[in-house]
Amino acid sequence: MCGIAGLIHRGKSSNVGSELQGMLQALKHRGEDSTGYALYGDTDGKNFIMRFKVGENVGEGSSSIVEDVSVYDERKKIVDQYLSELGAKIIKEERVLPYSLRYEIVYETKDLLKFSQKIESIPGVEILSMGKSLEVIKDLGNAKMVCDRYDLDKVVGTHAIGHARMATESGVDIKSAHPFWGYPFSDVSVVHNGQLTNYWNNRRLLENKGMRFMSECDSELIAVYIAQKMREGASLEEGMKASLTGLDGVFTYFVATIDSLGMAKDTMAAKPLVLYESDDLVAMGSEEIAIRSILPQEIDTYDPFDGEVKVWQI
Amino acid sequence: MANLKTTEKKTKSQSMGMHTEVLTGRTQQKFFNPDEAENFFYFGTYDVDFNKRTELDVNEMTAPEANKEIDNLMSQGYGTIVIKNPQGKHSLGVGILNKLNLIFEGSLGYFGMGSCDGPTVRINGRVGWSCAENLMAGKVVIEKNAGSCFGAAIRGGDLICKGSVGARTGIDMKGGTIIIGGDAGAFTGFMMQRGRIIILGDVGINLGDSMYDGTIFIGGKISSFGSDAVTADLTNSDQDWLKRKLKVAEIGEKFDVSKMTKIVAGKKLWNYDNLEPTEKKGAI
Repeated sequence: MCGIAGLIHRGKSSNVGSELQGMLQALKHRGEDSTGYALYGDTDGKNFIMRFKVGENVGEGSSSIVEDVSVYDERKKIVDQYLSELGAKIIKEERVLPYSLRYEIVYETKDLLKFSQKIESIPGVEILSMGKSLEVIKDLGNAKMVCDRYDLDKVVGTHAIGHARMATESGVDIKSAHPFWGYPFSDVSVVHNGQLTNYWNNRRLLENKGMRFMSECDSELIAVYIAQKMREGASLEEGMKASLTGLDGVFTYFVATIDSLGMAKDTMAAKPLVLYESDDLVAMGSEEIAIRSILPQEIDTYDPFDGEVKVWQI
Repeated sequence: MANLKTTEKKTKSQSMGMHTEVLTGRTQQKFFNPDEAENFFYFGTYDVDFNKRTELDVNEMTAPEANKEIDNLMSQGYGTIVIKNPQGKHSLGVGILNKLNLIFEGSLGYFGMGSCDGPTVRINGRVGWSCAENLMAGKVVIEKNAGSCFGAAIRGGDLICKGSVGARTGIDMKGGTIIIGGDAGAFTGFMMQRGRIIILGDVGINLGDSMYDGTIFIGGKISSFGSDAVTADLTNSDQDWLKRKLKVAEIGEKFDVSKMTKIVAGKKLWNYDNLEPTEKKGAI
């Protein structure tokens, strides 16, 4: 059991960091092994923001191998060197935690595939997100702990998705935490609640097409699957509709891009989702209490039906 | 005292000396004796006055605290309780085994009104998954929409949703009536055993999948039938019953019930016999 939440403000920005924190914290009983945020902040849209990690959180409850912190510095040095070789210029650098970094970079090349492959060829390094607006922040602990750790409650933006995880089929670590970046697409992120039963077949197929998997978490497949569909020319909505038959199992998932937010529910409708929709705000979550955390007044909500796909624009 | 009967008729296992009594399914029944009236006590029930009304704001309460307070108010004789600010909390109003007018001014989360026996409930909002699961008697009316597993395993009472409901409505239900004013999702009536479901709108795929018994009435479109769910003739008595039920449910009174589709179990999946488990063992 995991919890997912998402919201999109249409025609305006809001404090999405704080709002998503409230929604995910309301779902913490669905799992607090790790919590992740995909925040679409207000930026000038010129530079890329790259969130990446050079190691794992090895704190209490982690299933990761403890490493000497010095290896993080070594990995960071190689990342800096590779960025230079790729022609990327670092404008701003933040080391939020010893293993977690945020770079603002100028990078003119549109194809992020080679870029990502080069950076992630460094052992222990993973790009959590790459985008002009998207920032994926994920770590062990519940929503409030992660929010406080990364100072997310002041982030202003248009939309966001997030995930409260109860680890079942993969480890308690950052690499298995959601959201997943829709590698190698800029500003695409995915969160998922459910289990996929044709993970390995799809993974092998997608890896043969050059896509990469950083974890053994079945949810990562959705991000890679949608990204591959978009590489083949499908729109976000088309990719999501294809997933209803291409992916087997039970799932409810959200996908966000720089200007849209979508949801899909499997044909068995086995995983919960409650949705609130108005002219200026769409909010959804695994349970109504997530929505109530930002909309305490009486509102009309509903459960999307089986096999339903919806996409909203900002 | 249990009402165990003996009979001359021998079953196969009885003739084998494996047991001597016929199980009637009423072994827990107690019989009322007026001389011992003061000794009879049904746990969780109180004498309440429906005209005695109070309000309870549960905004700052956990579900167990709220449910305990409802019980406390019933013990004080309150027969009408209005719950303010439920805020989508889970498991509110569970386990009420009493006649009671209960009104929720807002929405409930999962398992609202679960395992109840007797109350009349109005929820002026939406309900989450598994609303009124295991309802045994009473009436629960939801003014807006409901989540999946609506009325799972109910054994009696009327469960009414004026809006639309999610998947697996009436799963495993064993009695009672579920009435939906809007649409219903996939697997409606999945494995239902008894009771009736009325959907005025459309239903999703696999309607009545693997239903053992019971009846489903659909007013709108059916995406697909589940395994062993078949249509049956809508009789005049069906139509009379539907009209009465829709009127009581304050929903679809003007609905043309003659155009509804009736679905029952084809009973092709039935694979029962009349042997007790011990008899099966003996037969092997």
